[in-house]
Amino acid sequence: MFATAIIVFREVLEAAILIGILAAATRAVPRRTRWLLGGIAAGMVGAALVAVSTDRIAMAFSGVGQEIYNAAVLGTAVVMLAWHNLWMSSHGAVLAAEARGVGQQIRDGRRECSVLLLVVGLAVLREGAETVLFLYGIATSAESGTRGMLAGGLAGLTAGVIAGIALYTGLLRIPLRYLFKATSILVLFIAAGMASQATRFLIQADLLPSLAAPLWDTSGLLSQSSVLGVLMHGFIGYDARPAGMQIVVYLLVLVSIGWAMKLAGRPKKVINEGGRKA
Amino acid sequence: MKLRLAVLALAAMPLWGQAADVKFTLVIENHRFQPAELVVPAHQKIKLIVENRDTTAEEFESYALNREKVIAGKSSASIWIGPLKPGKYGFFGDFNPKTAQGTLIAK
Repeated sequence: MFATAIIVFREVLEAAILIGILAAATRAVPRRTRWLLGGIAAGMVGAALVAVSTDRIAMAFSGVGQEIYNAAVLGTAVVMLAWHNLWMSSHGAVLAAEARGVGQQIRDGRRECSVLLLVVGLAVLREGAETVLFLYGIATSAESGTRGMLAGGLAGLTAGVIAGIALYTGLLRIPLRYLFKATSILVLFIAAGMASQATRFLIQADLLPSLAAPLWDTSGLLSQSSVLGVLMHGFIGYDARPAGMQIVVYLLVLVSIGWAMKLAGRPKKVINEGGRKA
Repeated sequence: MKLRLAVLALAAMPLWGQAADVKFTLVIENHRFQPAELVVPAHQKIKLIVENRDTTAEEFESYALNREKVIAGKSSASIWIGPLKPGKYGFFGDFNPKTAQGTLIAK
């Protein structure tokens, strides 16, 4: 049961980190909780569907369907996170200044919410499908059976959710003005880490060259299976033995989203100087 | 070294038909890998075929190789690996880590 709880916790933790950060980032967006919960529910339904069709997905694209599926889910999440960050860069100041009740004035509020739903859904989908398959295996094994699966699964899920809530409440202690900057930077690194993971799947499918495999090995310094390693993997995409191509993509995504955020944060000034009232 | 690899590839050719691919098969049965130690050529990309004979899914995972892939019950999957430096690379089944342990040895 304990081993089951640990594995479920690890899967839940990655999604919980992202959801905790996004929940804090969008705290001033009206009705965002409904969209967040909707995303989690949609992700769970999707995860069950993906788990059931694992073999069919794997067979697609001459045996590398699973890699392509994973890369596509991660790639979409990266694009959505980039969009979220750009939206936050251009609206964060308004949200911080008029946090109470004036949220409706923000025109794109609903679009940001649907992005939120999609990103959360994708995070749950990715981690959830594996968890479903794993738990199903435990449930049908003679040793532990359904009861062991339920107990371990619930314990792991609860621990993961608590970690997400702890992160969320921790972030809420940051004053609103700095909160957007802090969450945007966290999301930026998570997006780059996801892009690096997507790249790894495409290398595994032999669709991208590895350039160097691995480029370096820091597993002696910080093992990827350790608690800190798992956390660093969730937050900045830490990889103890990354392929060269992963690093190229990681930096590319980091720099281009970061640069776009700078640009998105700027135009308001230009408009003001041009005489229009913001 | 190059010559040895060429010989290896050539030797593999009549068995699998494709000159470019060097394939190796790993079987999962009763939540164990067979063989638990698999010797593969170093400095060369290889295709690892993992055949899961159990009815439940397993995840082939390796931190050393930086690979992970879920393999549904009663099915097989292929994973590209390398080119590897000579050495030992541990792998395990993430869904049954107690029993499913193995090592890839690149020579």
